[in-house]
Amino acid sequence: MSGATDTGDTDAPADLVTGIVVPIHVEYEYTAGEAASRFLSHIPERRLVGQRHGDHGLVYVPPRGSDPANGEPTDQDVELTDQGTVTTFCIVNVPFAGQAVECPYVCAQILLDGADITFQALIQEAEVSQIHPGMRVEAVWVDDPEPTLESIRYFRPSGEPDATPESYKDHM
Amino acid sequence: MRDVAVVAFAQAPNVRRDSDRNEVEILMPVLHEVREKVGLERDDIDFVVHGSTDFQAGMPFSFVGALDAYGAWPPINESHVEMDGAWALYEAWVKLQTGEIDTALAFAYGKGSPGDLVDVLRLQLDPYLVFPLGIDPIGMAAIQCRAYLEGVGRTEADMASVAVRDRRNGMTNPCAQVTGEFTVEGLLAEPMFVSPLRRHDCPPISDGACAVILAAGDRARDLVEHPAWVVGIDHRIEAPGLGMRDLTVSESTRIAAEKANASGTFDVAELHAPFTHQSLILEDTLGIDAAVTQVNPSGGALAANPFMVAGLTRIGEAAQRVLDGAAGRALAHATSGPCLQQNLVCVLEAREG
Repeated sequence: MSGATDTGDTDAPADLVTGIVVPIHVEYEYTAGEAASRFLSHIPERRLVGQRHGDHGLVYVPPRGSDPANGEPTDQDVELTDQGTVTTFCIVNVPFAGQAVECPYVCAQILLDGADITFQALIQEAEVSQIHPGMRVEAVWVDDPEPTLESIRYFRPSGEPDATPESYKDHM
Repeated sequence: MRDVAVVAFAQAPNVRRDSDRNEVEILMPVLHEVREKVGLERDDIDFVVHGSTDFQAGMPFSFVGALDAYGAWPPINESHVEMDGAWALYEAWVKLQTGEIDTALAFAYGKGSPGDLVDVLRLQLDPYLVFPLGIDPIGMAAIQCRAYLEGVGRTEADMASVAVRDRRNGMTNPCAQVTGEFTVEGLLAEPMFVSPLRRHDCPPISDGACAVILAAGDRARDLVEHPAWVVGIDHRIEAPGLGMRDLTVSESTRIAAEKANASGTFDVAELHAPFTHQSLILEDTLGIDAAVTQVNPSGGALAANPFMVAGLTRIGEAAQRVLDGAAGRALAHATSGPCLQQNLVCVLEAREG
Protein backbone atom coordinates (compact mmCIF):
# COMPACT_ATOMS: atom_id res chain seq x y z
CA MET A 1 0.00 0.00 0.00
CA SER A 2 2.96 2.32 0.25
CA GLY A 3 6.53 2.73 -0.78
CA ALA A 4 9.43 5.04 -0.27
CA THR A 5 9.86 7.41 -3.17
CA ASP A 6 12.53 9.97 -3.85
CA THR A 7 10.53 13.03 -4.85
CA GLY A 8 13.55 14.44 -6.64
CA ASP A 9 14.22 17.36 -4.33
CA THR A 10 17.66 18.33 -5.64
CA ASP A 11 18.66 20.10 -2.40
CA ALA A 12 18.20 16.97 -0.32
CA PRO A 13 20.95 14.43 0.27
CA ALA A 14 20.49 11.43 -2.02
CA ASP A 15 19.69 9.08 0.84
CA LEU A 16 17.06 11.29 2.51
CA VAL A 17 13.51 10.00 2.21
CA THR A 18 11.55 13.12 1.37
CA GLY A 19 8.14 11.57 1.07
CA ILE A 20 6.19 8.35 1.05
CA VAL A 21 2.73 7.55 -0.24
CA VAL A 22 0.37 6.24 2.43
CA PRO A 23 -3.16 6.06 1.03
CA ILE A 24 -5.92 6.58 3.55
CA HIS A 25 -9.59 5.96 3.05
CA VAL A 26 -12.31 6.63 5.58
CA GLU A 27 -16.02 6.54 4.84
CA TYR A 28 -18.66 8.32 6.87
CA GLU A 29 -22.40 7.89 6.96
CA TYR A 30 -23.75 11.18 8.26
CA THR A 31 -26.94 11.67 10.19
CA ALA A 32 -28.86 14.65 8.90
CA GLY A 33 -30.75 14.83 12.18
CA GLU A 34 -34.37 15.41 13.03
CA ALA A 35 -34.50 19.09 12.08
CA ALA A 36 -32.66 18.81 8.76
CA SER A 37 -34.70 15.70 7.90
CA ARG A 38 -37.93 17.63 8.41
CA PHE A 39 -36.61 20.40 6.17
CA LEU A 40 -35.38 18.02 3.46
CA SER A 41 -38.59 15.97 3.49
CA HIS A 42 -40.47 18.98 2.06
CA ILE A 43 -38.03 19.56 -0.79
CA PRO A 44 -39.65 16.99 -3.15
CA GLU A 45 -42.85 19.07 -2.79
CA ARG A 46 -40.85 22.18 -3.84
CA ARG A 47 -41.46 23.62 -0.39
CA LEU A 48 -38.88 25.42 1.74
CA VAL A 49 -39.88 25.07 5.39
CA GLY A 50 -37.78 26.94 7.94
CA GLN A 51 -37.81 26.40 11.69
CA ARG A 52 -37.85 28.55 14.81
CA HIS A 53 -37.91 28.14 18.58
CA GLY A 54 -41.35 28.99 19.95
CA ASP A 55 -43.69 31.54 18.44
CA HIS A 56 -41.23 34.41 18.37
CA GLY A 57 -37.85 32.82 17.60
CA LEU A 58 -35.81 33.71 14.56
CA VAL A 59 -36.62 31.65 11.47
CA TYR A 60 -33.67 29.56 10.29
CA VAL A 61 -33.32 27.97 6.85
CA PRO A 62 -31.86 25.46 6.38
CA PRO A 63 -32.37 24.48 10.03
CA ARG A 64 -29.84 22.43 12.00
CA GLY A 65 -31.94 21.69 15.06
CA SER A 66 -31.12 24.56 17.37
CA ASP A 67 -31.42 28.30 17.52
CA PRO A 68 -27.66 28.94 17.47
CA ALA A 69 -28.10 32.20 19.36
CA ASN A 70 -29.47 30.57 22.50
CA GLY A 71 -29.20 26.79 22.07
CA GLU A 72 -32.97 26.23 22.12
CA PRO A 73 -34.50 23.56 19.88
CA THR A 74 -36.23 24.78 16.71
CA ASP A 75 -39.54 23.09 17.46
CA GLN A 76 -41.81 25.01 15.06
CA ASP A 77 -41.99 24.76 11.28
CA VAL A 78 -42.45 27.96 9.30
CA GLU A 79 -43.55 27.76 5.66
CA LEU A 80 -41.41 29.99 3.44
CA THR A 81 -41.60 30.70 -0.27
CA ASP A 82 -38.98 29.90 -2.87
CA GLN A 83 -38.59 33.61 -3.55
CA GLY A 84 -36.34 36.08 -1.85
CA THR A 85 -34.04 39.07 -1.96
CA VAL A 86 -30.33 39.20 -2.70
CA THR A 87 -28.60 40.79 0.30
CA THR A 88 -24.96 40.40 -0.79
CA PHE A 89 -23.05 38.42 -3.39
CA CYS A 90 -19.69 37.71 -4.97
CA ILE A 91 -18.61 37.12 -8.53
CA VAL A 92 -16.44 34.03 -8.94
CA ASN A 93 -13.80 34.40 -11.65
CA VAL A 94 -11.43 31.67 -10.53
CA PRO A 95 -11.86 28.25 -12.08
CA PHE A 96 -11.24 25.19 -9.90
CA ALA A 97 -11.48 21.41 -10.29
CA GLY A 98 -15.02 20.11 -10.21
CA GLN A 99 -16.60 23.52 -10.81
CA ALA A 100 -20.21 22.97 -11.85
CA VAL A 101 -20.80 26.22 -13.73
CA GLU A 102 -18.85 28.44 -16.06
CA CYS A 103 -17.00 31.50 -14.82
CA PRO A 104 -17.86 34.20 -14.14
CA TYR A 105 -20.80 33.33 -11.94
CA VAL A 106 -22.51 34.70 -8.88
CA CYS A 107 -22.82 33.22 -5.40
CA ALA A 108 -25.37 35.14 -3.42
CA GLN A 109 -26.85 35.33 0.03
CA ILE A 110 -30.60 35.31 -0.42
CA LEU A 111 -33.10 36.30 2.24
CA LEU A 112 -36.05 34.03 1.54
CA ASP A 113 -39.38 35.71 2.24
CA GLY A 114 -40.25 34.97 5.85
CA ALA A 115 -36.75 33.85 6.91
CA ASP A 116 -34.41 35.58 9.36
CA ILE A 117 -31.14 34.26 8.00
CA THR A 118 -29.86 34.28 4.46
CA PHE A 119 -29.58 31.22 2.27
CA GLN A 120 -26.63 30.67 -0.03
CA ALA A 121 -27.31 29.92 -3.69
CA LEU A 122 -26.09 30.39 -7.23
CA ILE A 123 -27.71 33.00 -9.42
CA GLN A 124 -28.05 32.23 -13.11
CA GLU A 125 -30.04 33.53 -16.12
CA ALA A 126 -28.73 37.00 -15.44
CA GLU A 127 -25.71 39.08 -16.48
CA VAL A 128 -23.36 39.16 -13.53
CA SER A 129 -23.07 42.92 -13.95
CA GLN A 130 -26.80 43.30 -13.36
CA ILE A 131 -26.91 41.51 -10.02
CA HIS A 132 -27.25 43.79 -6.99
CA PRO A 133 -28.42 43.84 -3.38
CA GLY A 134 -32.19 44.16 -3.21
CA MET A 135 -32.73 42.19 -6.43
CA ARG A 136 -35.72 39.86 -6.20
CA VAL A 137 -35.01 36.26 -7.19
CA GLU A 138 -36.86 32.93 -7.40
CA ALA A 139 -35.73 29.30 -7.22
CA VAL A 140 -35.41 27.17 -10.36
CA TRP A 141 -36.04 23.56 -9.44
CA VAL A 142 -34.95 20.36 -11.14
CA ASP A 143 -37.75 18.38 -12.81
CA ASP A 144 -38.00 15.68 -10.16
CA PRO A 145 -36.89 17.15 -6.85
CA GLU A 146 -35.48 14.76 -4.30
CA PRO A 147 -34.80 15.42 -0.60
CA THR A 148 -31.54 17.28 -1.25
CA LEU A 149 -30.65 20.94 -1.75
CA GLU A 150 -29.31 19.97 -5.16
CA SER A 151 -32.97 19.93 -6.17
CA ILE A 152 -32.66 23.71 -6.45
CA ARG A 153 -30.61 24.27 -9.59
CA TYR A 154 -30.14 27.96 -8.89
CA PHE A 155 -32.03 31.21 -8.36
CA ARG A 156 -32.84 33.68 -11.13
CA PRO A 157 -34.24 37.20 -11.21
CA SER A 158 -38.01 37.11 -10.73
CA GLY A 159 -38.66 40.42 -12.52
CA GLU A 160 -40.29 42.01 -9.48
CA PRO A 161 -39.23 45.53 -8.43
CA ASP A 162 -36.28 45.65 -6.02
CA ALA A 163 -36.94 45.18 -2.33
CA THR A 164 -36.41 48.29 -0.20
CA PRO A 165 -33.09 48.37 1.71
CA GLU A 166 -35.19 48.68 4.89
CA SER A 167 -36.61 45.18 4.26
CA TYR A 168 -33.21 43.44 4.42
CA LYS A 169 -30.84 45.85 6.20
CA ASP A 170 -30.89 43.73 9.37
CA HIS A 171 -29.89 40.59 7.47
CA MET A 172 -26.74 41.71 5.66
CA MET B 1 -5.40 26.86 45.54
CA ARG B 2 -8.89 28.18 45.01
CA ASP B 3 -11.70 25.82 46.08
CA VAL B 4 -13.39 24.51 42.96
CA ALA B 5 -16.14 21.90 42.82
CA VAL B 6 -18.22 19.92 40.39
CA VAL B 7 -21.81 21.04 40.99
CA ALA B 8 -23.70 19.30 38.18
CA PHE B 9 -23.38 16.45 35.71
CA ALA B 10 -25.62 15.28 32.86
CA GLN B 11 -25.20 12.81 30.05
CA ALA B 12 -27.03 11.50 27.01
CA PRO B 13 -28.06 7.85 26.81
CA ASN B 14 -25.22 5.95 25.15
CA VAL B 15 -26.24 4.01 22.07
CA ARG B 16 -24.41 2.19 19.30
CA ARG B 17 -26.00 4.33 16.61
CA ASP B 18 -28.29 7.32 17.02
CA SER B 19 -29.53 7.48 13.44
CA ASP B 20 -32.16 10.12 14.20
CA ARG B 21 -30.12 12.87 15.79
CA ASN B 22 -27.01 14.76 14.71
CA GLU B 23 -24.34 15.87 17.18
CA VAL B 24 -26.06 19.16 17.97
CA GLU B 25 -29.36 17.42 18.63
CA ILE B 26 -27.69 14.89 20.95
CA LEU B 27 -25.91 17.64 22.89
CA MET B 28 -28.70 20.18 23.24
CA PRO B 29 -30.82 18.34 25.86
CA VAL B 30 -27.68 17.47 27.86
CA LEU B 31 -26.56 21.10 27.98
CA HIS B 32 -30.06 22.14 29.07
CA GLU B 33 -30.28 19.42 31.71
CA VAL B 34 -26.93 20.21 33.32
CA ARG B 35 -27.84 23.89 33.71
CA GLU B 36 -31.33 23.10 34.98
CA LYS B 37 -29.88 20.89 37.73
CA VAL B 38 -28.36 23.96 39.38
CA GLY B 39 -30.71 26.59 38.00
CA LEU B 40 -28.07 28.43 35.99
CA GLU B 41 -28.96 30.47 32.92
CA ARG B 42 -26.52 30.77 30.03
CA ASP B 43 -25.53 34.24 31.29
CA ASP B 44 -24.53 32.70 34.63
CA ILE B 45 -21.83 30.51 33.01
CA ASP B 46 -18.57 32.44 32.75
CA PHE B 47 -16.66 30.05 30.51
CA VAL B 48 -17.51 27.18 28.16
CA VAL B 49 -15.01 24.60 26.95
CA HIS B 50 -15.50 21.30 25.21
CA GLY B 51 -13.66 18.27 23.90
CA SER B 52 -14.30 16.51 20.60
CA THR B 53 -12.52 15.55 17.39
CA ASP B 54 -13.49 16.45 13.86
CA PHE B 55 -11.99 13.17 12.62
CA GLN B 56 -14.75 11.29 14.40
CA ALA B 57 -17.52 13.55 13.11
CA GLY B 58 -15.95 13.48 9.64
CA MET B 59 -16.60 17.19 9.32
CA PRO B 60 -14.09 20.03 9.48
CA PHE B 61 -14.94 22.51 12.22
CA SER B 62 -17.66 20.28 13.62
CA PHE B 63 -16.50 21.52 17.02
CA VAL B 64 -17.53 25.05 16.07
CA GLY B 65 -20.89 23.74 14.85
CA ALA B 66 -21.36 22.08 18.23
CA LEU B 67 -21.69 25.53 19.80
CA ASP B 68 -25.09 25.74 18.13
CA ALA B 69 -26.20 23.35 20.87
CA TYR B 70 -25.23 25.86 23.54
CA GLY B 71 -25.86 29.21 21.89
CA ALA B 72 -23.15 31.72 21.17
CA TRP B 73 -24.95 35.04 20.80
CA PRO B 74 -24.04 37.47 22.22
CA PRO B 75 -20.53 36.00 21.79
CA ILE B 76 -19.35 33.83 24.68
CA ASN B 77 -16.04 33.14 26.42
CA GLU B 78 -15.23 29.75 24.93
CA SER B 79 -12.49 27.24 24.20
CA HIS B 80 -12.07 23.77 22.71
CA VAL B 81 -9.63 20.90 23.13
CA GLU B 82 -9.12 18.17 20.54
CA MET B 83 -9.08 15.75 23.48
CA ASP B 84 -11.43 13.90 25.74
CA GLY B 85 -13.71 16.28 27.63
CA ALA B 86 -11.81 15.46 30.84
CA TRP B 87 -9.06 17.71 29.51
CA ALA B 88 -11.64 20.38 28.75
CA LEU B 89 -12.60 20.17 32.42
CA TYR B 90 -8.91 20.55 33.32
CA GLU B 91 -8.72 23.75 31.25
CA ALA B 92 -11.85 25.01 33.00
CA TRP B 93 -10.30 24.19 36.39
CA VAL B 94 -7.12 26.11 35.50
CA LYS B 95 -9.16 29.11 34.37
CA LEU B 96 -11.11 28.98 37.63
CA GLN B 97 -7.80 28.95 39.52
CA THR B 98 -6.79 32.22 37.87
CA GLY B 99 -9.75 33.88 39.55
CA GLU B 100 -10.99 35.28 36.23
CA ILE B 101 -14.20 33.26 36.38
CA ASP B 102 -16.47 31.70 39.02
CA THR B 103 -18.41 29.17 36.92
CA ALA B 104 -17.54 27.00 33.94
CA LEU B 105 -19.21 24.43 31.75
CA ALA B 106 -17.13 21.57 30.33
CA PHE B 107 -18.77 19.26 27.85
CA ALA B 108 -17.93 16.60 25.30
CA TYR B 109 -19.62 14.86 22.43
CA GLY B 110 -18.69 11.88 20.34
CA LYS B 111 -20.68 10.14 17.69
CA GLY B 112 -18.73 7.00 16.88
CA SER B 113 -21.27 5.72 14.39
CA PRO B 114 -20.80 7.86 11.24
CA GLY B 115 -17.32 6.56 10.42
CA ASP B 116 -15.52 3.32 11.16
CA LEU B 117 -14.00 4.36 14.49
CA VAL B 118 -11.14 1.89 14.23
CA ASP B 119 -10.15 3.38 10.85
CA VAL B 120 -10.54 6.87 12.22
CA LEU B 121 -8.29 6.12 15.20
CA ARG B 122 -5.61 4.67 12.93
CA LEU B 123 -5.22 8.18 11.52
CA GLN B 124 -3.58 9.31 14.76
CA LEU B 125 -0.62 6.98 14.17
CA ASP B 126 2.75 8.11 12.82
CA PRO B 127 2.21 8.15 9.03
CA TYR B 128 5.82 7.22 8.22
CA LEU B 129 6.71 4.48 10.64
CA VAL B 130 3.55 3.04 12.19
CA PHE B 131 0.50 3.60 9.99
CA PRO B 132 1.90 1.61 7.01
CA LEU B 133 2.28 -1.44 9.28
CA GLY B 134 -1.48 -1.85 9.24
CA ILE B 135 -2.00 -1.94 12.98
CA ASP B 136 -5.13 -0.50 14.56
CA PRO B 137 -5.97 0.55 18.13
CA ILE B 138 -7.40 -2.85 19.03
CA GLY B 139 -4.22 -4.56 17.84
CA MET B 140 -2.17 -2.10 19.86
CA ALA B 141 -4.27 -2.83 22.95
CA ALA B 142 -3.77 -6.54 22.32
CA ILE B 143 -0.01 -6.03 22.18
CA GLN B 144 -0.18 -4.26 25.53
CA CYS B 145 -2.44 -6.98 26.92
CA ARG B 146 -0.05 -9.77 25.92
CA ALA B 147 2.89 -7.93 27.48
CA TYR B 148 0.86 -7.40 30.67
CA LEU B 149 -0.36 -10.98 30.99
CA GLU B 150 3.09 -12.42 30.35
CA GLY B 151 4.94 -9.81 32.39
CA VAL B 152 2.72 -9.59 35.45
CA GLY B 153 1.24 -13.05 35.58
CA ARG B 154 -2.44 -12.11 35.38
CA THR B 155 -4.88 -14.21 33.37
CA GLU B 156 -7.65 -13.93 30.83
CA ALA B 157 -9.99 -14.89 33.67
CA ASP B 158 -8.87 -11.80 35.60
CA MET B 159 -9.73 -9.75 32.53
CA ALA B 160 -13.11 -11.42 32.14
CA SER B 161 -13.92 -10.64 35.76
CA VAL B 162 -13.51 -6.94 34.93
CA ALA B 163 -16.09 -7.29 32.15
CA VAL B 164 -18.45 -9.17 34.46
CA ARG B 165 -18.14 -6.42 37.09
CA ASP B 166 -18.56 -3.48 34.71
CA ARG B 167 -21.48 -4.98 32.77
CA ARG B 168 -23.24 -5.85 36.02
CA ASN B 169 -22.68 -2.35 37.41
CA GLY B 170 -23.97 -0.93 34.16
CA MET B 171 -27.36 -2.52 34.82
CA THR B 172 -28.09 0.26 37.33
CA ASN B 173 -26.98 3.00 34.90
CA PRO B 174 -29.85 3.98 32.57
CA CYS B 175 -27.32 5.58 30.17
CA ALA B 176 -25.18 2.44 29.82
CA GLN B 177 -25.08 0.52 26.57
CA VAL B 178 -23.61 -2.94 27.22
CA THR B 179 -24.94 -4.41 30.45
CA GLY B 180 -26.12 -7.67 31.97
CA GLU B 181 -25.26 -10.63 34.13
CA PHE B 182 -22.39 -12.68 32.74
CA THR B 183 -19.99 -15.22 34.21
CA VAL B 184 -16.23 -15.48 33.80
CA GLU B 185 -16.64 -19.05 32.51
CA GLY B 186 -19.25 -17.96 30.00
CA LEU B 187 -17.13 -15.09 28.70
CA LEU B 188 -14.00 -17.25 28.43
CA ALA B 189 -15.95 -19.68 26.25
CA GLU B 190 -16.34 -16.92 23.64
CA PRO B 191 -13.91 -16.94 20.68
CA MET B 192 -10.84 -14.72 20.49
CA PHE B 193 -11.30 -11.39 18.71
CA VAL B 194 -7.76 -9.99 18.48
CA SER B 195 -5.85 -12.42 20.67
CA PRO B 196 -5.51 -12.23 23.61
CA LEU B 197 -8.57 -9.96 23.54
CA ARG B 198 -12.09 -11.31 23.29
CA ARG B 199 -14.94 -8.99 22.43
CA HIS B 200 -15.85 -8.51 26.08
CA ASP B 201 -12.32 -7.19 26.69
CA CYS B 202 -12.94 -4.36 24.23
CA PRO B 203 -15.13 -1.27 24.57
CA PRO B 204 -18.35 -0.78 22.65
CA ILE B 205 -18.55 1.96 20.04
CA SER B 206 -20.98 4.56 21.29
CA ASP B 207 -22.79 7.75 20.37
CA GLY B 208 -22.93 10.00 23.40
CA ALA B 209 -22.37 13.33 25.11
CA CYS B 210 -21.96 14.66 28.62
CA ALA B 211 -21.54 17.92 30.49
CA VAL B 212 -20.17 19.06 33.86
CA ILE B 213 -20.53 22.41 35.60
CA LEU B 214 -17.72 23.63 37.86
CA ALA B 215 -18.05 26.45 40.34
CA ALA B 216 -15.64 28.13 42.75
CA GLY B 217 -15.97 28.73 46.49
CA ASP B 218 -19.20 30.24 47.73
CA ARG B 219 -20.74 29.99 44.28
CA ALA B 220 -20.49 26.19 44.55
CA ARG B 221 -21.77 26.20 48.14
CA ASP B 222 -24.78 28.28 47.10
CA LEU B 223 -25.66 26.00 44.20
CA VAL B 224 -25.67 22.55 45.82
CA GLU B 225 -25.76 20.95 49.24
CA HIS B 226 -22.80 18.63 48.65
CA PRO B 227 -20.35 20.14 46.15
CA ALA B 228 -17.83 17.60 44.84
CA TRP B 229 -14.65 19.54 45.60
CA VAL B 230 -11.78 18.97 43.19
CA VAL B 231 -9.00 18.56 45.76
CA GLY B 232 -6.48 17.23 43.26
CA ILE B 233 -6.17 17.02 39.49
CA ASP B 234 -3.20 16.33 37.24
CA HIS B 235 -2.43 14.77 33.87
CA ARG B 236 0.71 13.29 32.36
CA ILE B 237 1.67 11.98 28.92
CA GLU B 238 4.14 9.33 27.73
CA ALA B 239 5.97 8.87 24.44
CA PRO B 240 3.71 7.74 21.59
CA GLY B 241 5.94 4.88 20.42
CA LEU B 242 4.82 1.62 22.02
CA GLY B 243 8.39 0.32 22.09
CA MET B 244 9.49 3.33 24.10
CA ARG B 245 7.38 2.60 27.15
CA ASP B 246 6.69 -0.17 29.61
CA LEU B 247 3.23 -1.30 28.57
CA THR B 248 2.66 -3.40 31.67
CA VAL B 249 2.39 -0.39 33.99
CA SER B 250 1.04 3.12 33.65
CA GLU B 251 3.78 5.46 34.75
CA SER B 252 1.84 8.53 33.61
CA THR B 253 -1.12 7.49 35.77
CA ARG B 254 1.19 6.91 38.72
CA ILE B 255 2.73 10.37 38.51
CA ALA B 256 -0.60 12.09 37.86
CA ALA B 257 -2.04 10.30 40.89
CA GLU B 258 0.93 11.39 43.02
CA LYS B 259 0.56 15.02 41.92
CA ALA B 260 -3.20 14.87 42.52
CA ASN B 261 -2.65 13.44 46.02
CA ALA B 262 -4.66 10.38 45.10
CA SER B 263 -3.47 8.30 48.03
CA GLY B 264 -5.48 6.78 50.84
CA THR B 265 -8.86 5.16 50.43
CA PHE B 266 -11.76 6.02 48.19
CA ASP B 267 -15.44 5.16 48.41
CA VAL B 268 -15.72 5.12 44.63
CA ALA B 269 -13.32 4.98 41.68
CA GLU B 270 -14.38 5.63 38.12
CA LEU B 271 -11.62 4.41 35.80
CA HIS B 272 -11.53 5.14 32.09
CA ALA B 273 -10.29 1.74 30.97
CA PRO B 274 -11.57 0.94 27.50
CA PHE B 275 -9.99 -2.53 27.69
CA THR B 276 -10.29 -5.00 30.57
CA HIS B 277 -6.55 -5.42 31.07
CA GLN B 278 -6.20 -1.62 31.26
CA SER B 279 -8.55 -1.63 34.23
CA LEU B 280 -6.24 -4.14 35.94
CA ILE B 281 -3.18 -1.99 35.14
CA LEU B 282 -4.90 1.10 36.50
CA GLU B 283 -6.16 -0.63 39.65
CA ASP B 284 -2.61 -1.90 40.30
CA THR B 285 -1.08 1.51 39.64
CA LEU B 286 -3.59 3.43 41.75
CA GLY B 287 -3.47 0.88 44.55
CA ILE B 288 -7.20 0.38 44.55
CA ASP B 289 -8.54 -2.09 47.09
CA ALA B 290 -11.78 -3.50 45.74
CA ALA B 291 -12.77 -4.44 49.29
CA VAL B 292 -13.17 -0.78 50.25
CA THR B 293 -13.56 1.01 46.93
CA GLN B 294 -16.43 0.44 44.54
CA VAL B 295 -14.85 0.43 41.10
CA ASN B 296 -16.86 1.74 38.13
CA PRO B 297 -20.34 1.81 39.66
CA SER B 298 -21.48 3.32 36.34
CA GLY B 299 -20.19 0.37 34.35
CA GLY B 300 -17.19 2.33 33.12
CA ALA B 301 -15.95 2.45 29.55
CA LEU B 302 -16.78 -1.22 28.97
CA ALA B 303 -20.47 -0.42 29.40
CA ALA B 304 -20.34 2.69 27.18
CA ASN B 305 -17.39 4.34 25.51
CA PRO B 306 -18.32 7.43 23.50
CA PHE B 307 -14.94 8.47 22.15
CA MET B 308 -13.82 11.89 23.49
CA VAL B 309 -16.61 11.74 26.10
CA ALA B 310 -16.00 8.71 28.31
CA GLY B 311 -13.19 10.32 30.34
CA LEU B 312 -15.29 13.34 31.30
CA THR B 313 -18.13 10.94 32.06
CA ARG B 314 -15.90 9.23 34.62
CA ILE B 315 -15.36 12.57 36.43
CA GLY B 316 -19.09 13.29 36.21
CA GLU B 317 -20.08 9.84 37.50
CA ALA B 318 -17.59 10.01 40.39
CA ALA B 319 -18.69 13.56 41.26
CA GLN B 320 -22.36 12.59 41.11
CA ARG B 321 -21.84 10.16 43.99
CA VAL B 322 -20.40 12.96 46.11
CA LEU B 323 -23.20 15.34 45.01
CA ASP B 324 -25.73 12.69 46.03
CA GLY B 325 -24.10 12.35 49.46
CA ALA B 326 -23.33 8.69 48.72
CA ALA B 327 -19.55 9.06 48.66
CA GLY B 328 -17.18 11.14 50.77
CA ARG B 329 -14.15 10.61 48.58
CA ALA B 330 -14.08 9.65 44.92
CA LEU B 331 -11.37 9.02 42.37
CA ALA B 332 -11.82 9.70 38.66
CA HIS B 333 -9.46 8.81 35.85
CA ALA B 334 -9.44 9.60 32.15
CA THR B 335 -7.20 8.31 29.39
CA SER B 336 -6.32 9.30 25.85
CA GLY B 337 -4.22 7.77 23.11
CA PRO B 338 -3.29 4.13 22.44
CA CYS B 339 -2.41 1.87 25.37
CA LEU B 340 -3.02 4.42 28.14
CA GLN B 341 -0.65 6.95 26.58
CA GLN B 342 -1.97 9.97 28.47
CA ASN B 343 -3.75 9.89 31.80
CA LEU B 344 -5.61 12.32 34.02
CA VAL B 345 -6.39 11.72 37.68
CA CYS B 346 -8.92 13.74 39.63
CA VAL B 347 -9.72 13.47 43.35
CA LEU B 348 -13.17 14.61 44.46
CA GLU B 349 -14.15 15.06 48.08
CA ALA B 350 -17.21 16.10 50.03
CA ARG B 351 -15.00 18.39 52.13
CA GLU B 352 -12.95 21.14 50.57
CA GLY B 353 -9.20 20.83 50.57
